[in-house]
Formats: sequence, C-alpha cells, structure tokens
Amino acid sequence: MRQTLAQKILQQHTDEPITADGQIISCRVSLVLANDITAPLAIKSMRGMGVSKVFDQDKVALVCDHFTPNKDIDSAEQVKVVRDFAREMGITHYYEGGNVGVEHAILPEYGLVGPGDIIVGADSHTCTYGGLGAFATGLGSTDIAAAMALGETWFKVPETIRVTVTGTLPEYVGGKDIILYTIGQLGVAGALYKALEFGGEVIDALSVEARMTMANMAIEAGGKVGLFAADAKTLDYCQAHGRHGDTALAADPGATYSRELSFDVTTMSPQIACPHLPDNVRPVEEVSAVRVDQVVLGSCTNGRISDLRAAAAIIKGHKVAKGVRFIVIPASPSAYSTALDEGLLRIFLDAGAIISPPTCGPCLGGHMGILAGGERCLATTNRNFKGRMGSLKSEVYLAGPAVAAATAVTGHITHPGTL
Amino acid sequence: MIFTGKTHVVGDHIDTDAIIPARFLVTADPVELGKNCFEGLEQGWIQRVSKGDILVAGENFGCGSSREHAPLAILGAGMPVVLAKSYARIFYRNAFNMGLLLLELGDDIAHIHDGDALRIDVAAGKIANLTTGQTIGFNPVPQFMMDMLAGGGLVEYVKRKIAS
Ligand code: SF4
Repeated sequence: MRQTLAQKILQQHTDEPITADGQIISCRVSLVLANDITAPLAIKSMRGMGVSKVFDQDKVALVCDHFTPNKDIDSAEQVKVVRDFAREMGITHYYEGGNVGVEHAILPEYGLVGPGDIIVGADSHTCTYGGLGAFATGLGSTDIAAAMALGETWFKVPETIRVTVTGTLPEYVGGKDIILYTIGQLGVAGALYKALEFGGEVIDALSVEARMTMANMAIEAGGKVGLFAADAKTLDYCQAHGRHGDTALAADPGATYSRELSFDVTTMSPQIACPHLPDNVRPVEEVSAVRVDQVVLGSCTNGRISDLRAAAAIIKGHKVAKGVRFIVIPASPSAYSTALDEGLLRIFLDAGAIISPPTCGPCLGGHMGILAGGERCLATTNRNFKGRMGSLKSEVYLAGPAVAAATAVTGHITHPGTL
Repeated sequence: MIFTGKTHVVGDHIDTDAIIPARFLVTADPVELGKNCFEGLEQGWIQRVSKGDILVAGENFGCGSSREHAPLAILGAGMPVVLAKSYARIFYRNAFNMGLLLLELGDDIAHIHDGDALRIDVAAGKIANLTTGQTIGFNPVPQFMMDMLAGGGLVEYVKRKIAS
C-alpha cells in the first residue's frame, strides 16, 4: 500500500499490518504529555487503575504552564499534585518555574519530539508536533493515564485530507495566515476524525516554526493531526535542539487521500478569524474598521522567537495606541532569553507593551489579560470561542504576529503594510 | 440499555469552553463541575435540567479542548446520554472513557426538538419520540466503544489489562 504520512508513522508503532483507513490499532507511544489542568485528572485515573509506576520515566512530560505562576490557591494545589506525582514517579521531564513555557513551545525546543514519533498529550494542541513530522494528537486525561501506565494507546487509522499550497508568500503573510485560510475553507468540522497533510512549494519553503504554527491549528478544523514531511530543515532543527538519529520522512507518491485541497497564496492578504469560531475567516482589509482594547502576542501558536521577531520588526519605533493593552508573552524561556539578547524586549517595552513570563495566560481565559464584557481583543492564539478569553460578552479576533503588532499601534485591525 | 427523559437542545459546534469554561477547571469533581455545566453557553443554563434528562446537540459537539471535565460536567449535571448530529473526536473518546454514552444521529437529529420526551433503546438502535410519535433509528455504537462503556470505562479496562 502506498502510504500517507499518518499511515506510515502509525505502522512504525504497531505490530498489526495496516490495511485500511478506519482500522482500530494499538500503538506504542514515544512520549506522553499532560499539563497542570489535565495531569491531576490523569493522576487520579491512574491511581484508580491501581497503577503504581509509569511505563517509562523518560517518556512522560509534565508541564505546568496554564495557570502558572499559580494564579490562585486552587491552581497552586493542582500544580502541587503534579509536582508530588513527578517526584514520586521519578519523572525526568517535569517543568515548572524557570524552565517552563507553553508545553507545545518547549517540548520541541528541549528535543523531546521529532519525526516519526507518536506523541499523545492531554491537550488538544498536541497536534503542534506534526510540524516536525510527528503523529501527535490530543487525548483526554484518562486516555493519557492509560498511556502513561501501558506505553500504548488505540487509534482509528484516519483518512487524510491533503492540502497543497503553491505560489510565493507575499510580505507579512505567513504560516498563521495559511492555516487560517485553510480552516476557513474546510470549516471547523471539515477534518473531523481525519488527518491533514500539508505539502507544496510554499510549505517546503516555510520555516519549521511556521510549520508548527500551522500544525497547531489542525484541531481547529476538527483534525486529529496536522502532518508535515520531515525534510532537511526539520532534521537541522532537531539536531540543533539536541536530538540525534532522526531521519527524513515523507508520504509515498500516489497515496490515497479522502480529499485534496489546493490553493495559491501569491495574492493572499493576512487572514483574520472573526468571532466566534476559527473558521469565520476574512482578509484583513475587510475588518480594518474593528477597534480593539487589547492585543495578545503569544501562545503555542505564535509565541516563538520567529513570531516575536516578526512583531518587533513592525512595532519598532512606534507606540502602542492610547487605551490599548499590548501583552507580549514569549512562549518559552528560550524565546524570552533570545528576545532579550536581540533587543526585542527593549523594542516592545519602548513601544509601551506589557511583557509577561511564559505562560498560557489569557489564551484560555486563565489570567494575565482577561477581558471584560464588551471588550475586544486581537490575539495570535488559536481559539476565538465565545468567552474563551473572559466575559461571554467579549470578542476575540485571531491573526498572525505582524498584524498583531500593527493593530497594537493603531488600535484597530491593521494590515502591517499600511503602517 | 434504556433511557427515558426530556430533551434539552443546544446548537452546532458547541465547544468545551461552552460546556465548562476554563475558570471552573480547578476541580475534577463531577458534581461540582455539573453545577456549572453550560455556564459558557448561557448563565444559569443548568437550572432547567432534571436528573435523567437527555442532551441533544448539532454538528461537531464537544469541539475544542481535550478537557475531560466536559463529559464529566454533563454526567455530573445528571444527563447520562447525548444525542448529536456529530461529535468532535477527542470529546468522543473522553465521553466513553468517562461512562457517558454518545449516539450519533446525523441528519435525523432534526426530528428531535427542545422539550421532547424520548425513550432510547440502545440495543435495538431505536429512539421513540413520545412527543411526536416518531421512531428514529441510529447507527450502532462501535463494538469497541460499547465494550469500554459496559466494562466500566477505561479505568476498569486498564485494571484488567494490568492484572492479566
Ligand atoms: S497557549 Fe493556549 S492553546 Fe496553547 S496550550 Fe496554552 S492554553 Fe492551550
């Protein structure tokens, strides 16, 4: 059988021959992940299962990133549960404090995920690692407890939608715009139960970080995974982050896809997802009258160093508009420290931005920038569901980092080219 | 398995933030979570629910985060079964793992309205709408999922696997 990326990776982790999509198979996993919200439930489930140790102390990652630095007593108690568990189990990859950042930003940087891996995480944006050629997907806490105990989980082999991106990317248009456009085309349920596989000359030319931005939002089209071939760039990235022995990976030519979508980006504008669903996507020109109270640059979608650079390049020499809060949240300690070394933080501070420690923060309405009723925010995050960032009467618009910076300067949604 | 109860209808693409907003995720107790079920959809939504009522939703129900708190909140609110046009994938797994039964009705979901009284016979694959007199069939739940549910959810499944 000529295999899609999804079939190929799954086959490497199971002893059962994969003969068709829809088949239910049991797979060995490379890494199991949970965070400060989902780990406590997984731990409780694991105790309920009567399990006293994890399958491999080096293959479990616990990242306390959502409400940290702990925002209240309840979240502090939750982190304590995770911390105590990590100690008791001898978990190698436990992150809290100075080594913590948004889970999906730090795991690639710490070299814990790579091509051909199967990663399951108790977090829906686990699909981010598809940008490195990993079959990575979100599961609930109890599925994660089972995976922590057994080192395996079951999957239904997904059908694949192939997305081919052609042309050349215009200035100020990047991975976020391509994925928002794709979600706009597919709809939030367009890839339900399916894998997305991206390819084409534009994808080949994209940076690994931009591919992770795209893979991150596969779930926003309902997708199980968002997969990218692992090429020379991927292997360089993995090596630079301490991994050895990774090999290139691509779908077989002539593999069978359930649907193929192809578009040219040469004349694409920056894309904006309007309230209250990520598939409500319009070109920036159509929403430029929308005024905002807050702009958030960060998250597992666009809080990496390349995103901070893109935003700093736009805002340099400008000031944040009066009455607008511009919150900058480097997604990882390394992004924070590089931004410091490169003078990006100085640029943001001079412009009047607020800089937060690495955390999920306002992305899920946790802390560090909650919205009041009637307030509007433009964010580089991945979800604009009603009430996601605070009041049910607030609104969130999603965009890439360059638009975020331009919008912070003018106070209304702005094409960076017009600044 | 037979369920009888009154329906409460919600729309398409109801996400996990609508089912249980992140600010309530500081507990994993189903009863506590149940008190705030659908608080992200409408304040006080849960007041209308009596134990045993049936939740009815449109397309892509449960999209969004992987929080197991979502099916737990629905269970904790006293609703043991959900009918929808379709479900988001993670929510689908989570629900069965937690012991919440999901039935996928496709376009037939249009035959069920808010406040209808239903009798669901899972084994026979039939729903009797006692309000309209209509009978609706549904695709059987995959055997694998039914075994999981009948065996007491995933926790019990792993227990058995480790013991063997
Ligand atoms: S940054 Fe937002 S989307 Fe990403 S893991 Fe944190 S809460 Fe989830």
